[in-house]
Amino acid sequence: MELITKPAPIKKKFFTPGVIILLLLALNGIAFLLVRFFFGIGSVTHLNNQYPWGIWIGVDVAAGVALAAGGFTTAALGHVMHKEHYHDIVRPALLTAMLGYTFVAIGVSIDIGRWYYIWHPLIYWNGNSALFEVGICVMMYLTTLYIEFLPVVTERFIGRVNLKGIFSFLNKPIDKFLRVLDNTLSKVMFLFIILGVVLSTLHQSSLGTLMIIAGPKMHPLWQTPILPLLFLLSAISVGFPMVIFEALIASRSFGLKPEISILSDLGRMVAPILGVYLAFKIGDMVIRGTFVYLTEFNVYSVMFVIEILFGVIVPLRMFLSRAVLKSPLLLFIASSLVIFGVLLNRINNFIVAYRPPYSYGPYFPSIGEISVTVGFIAMLVLLYRIIVMNFPVISQPDKNYFPKTKFAIRGSEK
Amino acid sequence: MKKQNRRDFLKSASLLTVGVAGLSTKTAKAGPKNVLSEDRMGVLVDTTVCIGCRNCEWACKIAHGLPTEPQDTYQDRSVFKEMRRPTVKALTVVNEYPNPLNSEIPTDVKIQCMHCDHPACVSACIVGAMSKQENGSVIWDTNKCIGCRYCMVACPFQIPAFEYNKAINPKIMKCDFCFERTKEGKLPACVEICPVEAITYGPRSELIKVAREKIKRFPDKYIDHIYGEYEAGGTSWLYLANQDFSKLKFPKPGDKPMPGTSESIQHGIFAYFVPPVSLYALLGGIMWITKNRKESE
Repeated sequence: MELITKPAPIKKKFFTPGVIILLLLALNGIAFLLVRFFFGIGSVTHLNNQYPWGIWIGVDVAAGVALAAGGFTTAALGHVMHKEHYHDIVRPALLTAMLGYTFVAIGVSIDIGRWYYIWHPLIYWNGNSALFEVGICVMMYLTTLYIEFLPVVTERFIGRVNLKGIFSFLNKPIDKFLRVLDNTLSKVMFLFIILGVVLSTLHQSSLGTLMIIAGPKMHPLWQTPILPLLFLLSAISVGFPMVIFEALIASRSFGLKPEISILSDLGRMVAPILGVYLAFKIGDMVIRGTFVYLTEFNVYSVMFVIEILFGVIVPLRMFLSRAVLKSPLLLFIASSLVIFGVLLNRINNFIVAYRPPYSYGPYFPSIGEISVTVGFIAMLVLLYRIIVMNFPVISQPDKNYFPKTKFAIRGSEK
Repeated sequence: MKKQNRRDFLKSASLLTVGVAGLSTKTAKAGPKNVLSEDRMGVLVDTTVCIGCRNCEWACKIAHGLPTEPQDTYQDRSVFKEMRRPTVKALTVVNEYPNPLNSEIPTDVKIQCMHCDHPACVSACIVGAMSKQENGSVIWDTNKCIGCRYCMVACPFQIPAFEYNKAINPKIMKCDFCFERTKEGKLPACVEICPVEAITYGPRSELIKVAREKIKRFPDKYIDHIYGEYEAGGTSWLYLANQDFSKLKFPKPGDKPMPGTSESIQHGIFAYFVPPVSLYALLGGIMWITKNRKESE
């Protein structure tokens, strides 16, 4: 590695005009959430007995899980395959996954009617239910993500615990505890990293199984028995574009130089994965003969074509081009298109393709639903900002460079 | 990820495998079974007999403690102008359609939960709050339900309704086949009140024989189709009609049980936890090999 980089908290002013806007959006979402909690789901959403699931499930949960796939794909690359070259992006991707899944969990809780029973799947099991599997896996994966993030917390505080006043006597024990924790974690972390990857492949695919039981209620362009495979492949293919997207936005927002060599190497891997996804998607369409539905001109065929053309084919072509891989702007556009494609795919699967037999009219999300979804995204971005400003997440050129040492105390290791 | 020798790795990996394997035997036992008793009950609805008096709607509300107008208001036939669906306030409703054989006498169709033999809602429910009972009814358990509404997504007949406007303990509402009444030996409320015996309660297998007999004896009066005999893998409620069921707005869910595909996928992915554990082992292997390669470099 030419440049020595090390994760460190970013020193910048917290409040910017963008942050104020995000705060307002978050508050707006919270306002609608309060209405939901006091007057029920019906008071805020356009959901009804025909359309039981809206964007809170389609976007907040389904797309949220998919777009947090950067966590497990980079963990597989950086830790399982030991590609040290990519280590700088593992932590930001981990943080995004952790926050993403946190908001998925919150999103589920506000969408279910009895949010205070969110823990019921832990004791009432239904092994036949795809949703049960998704629920259990997401709970376990969220825990795993928090454990994976712990070393960042210990790294931040070891040697820096400094409680004032009457609590000062706690400084030493806490520091000791953090050191023990860090030491233990570094020995067993590989177990959690592998577990995280396994859990991700499981629930990313089972999320696709969810709509299979709706059978003919789902438009045949999307309803296929290989939905779990398509969901897994699309999640894997959006993992790296999501990391590139965030890295470019974060470096812009914090005025850092993007690590374009890492990002373009990541980008190089996107095209083959997208290609496999596209092959399965098209192959499935040919085998089931569903291309006949593309000759009709309606919302289904249009949405399907947009999803495949702008979400898969165009970015696939872009990622194959050398010029795109070298240019931050083009890389950003290509990554955004993949993200758009997967987001649209989840919306299509959960909302557009769903055709209840006795619908009184199409479902369109209400202002309240959109506000809450946007509010959650704003909160996620704000939390990300707070965490990277206070914890060593984003790698920066290191001035006091100590090779191979995490903390000065670790004399025993090399 | 620092020092990690091979023994440690194997030790912890095998511990985890044992733990997961232990879990799998438990899950195999859990999960609702589809109780399909030979003499499970059913109801045969003869839509050619129904006069649309809507007394069943009233009786249903009384039986389930739902608020209702007095019984005589149900004679108002203007409600038939719009197609109605079961809601949280009415678990069964009657709709009216034109009768191709006699334009004077319209066809009235009572709808409610079909009580599938292989219910999609039972298979889908994240906590197993929906269950198929031995007497044929599909019922809902308020103590388990988390209000996720996946049953509504799964139901091929779009029956379950949700109390969207309740902030605390919203319920999933649907016909429960008068589970409490039939337990005491009473008839379902709608069957009991029907003045023209358009709805017959009895063992499902018997009802199919009765329906076949009716079709055989009056081939001009009925089309040769018992809706619910095979639909969605068979339902407890069966319908006879004198016109195609799609004209009466019955959906076409196909003859296969709804949960078939999703359950085989689920059970394939989790066959005794072999696939996930193998994946774990595979990733562990890759991790170990790449690590060793790095170190030897």
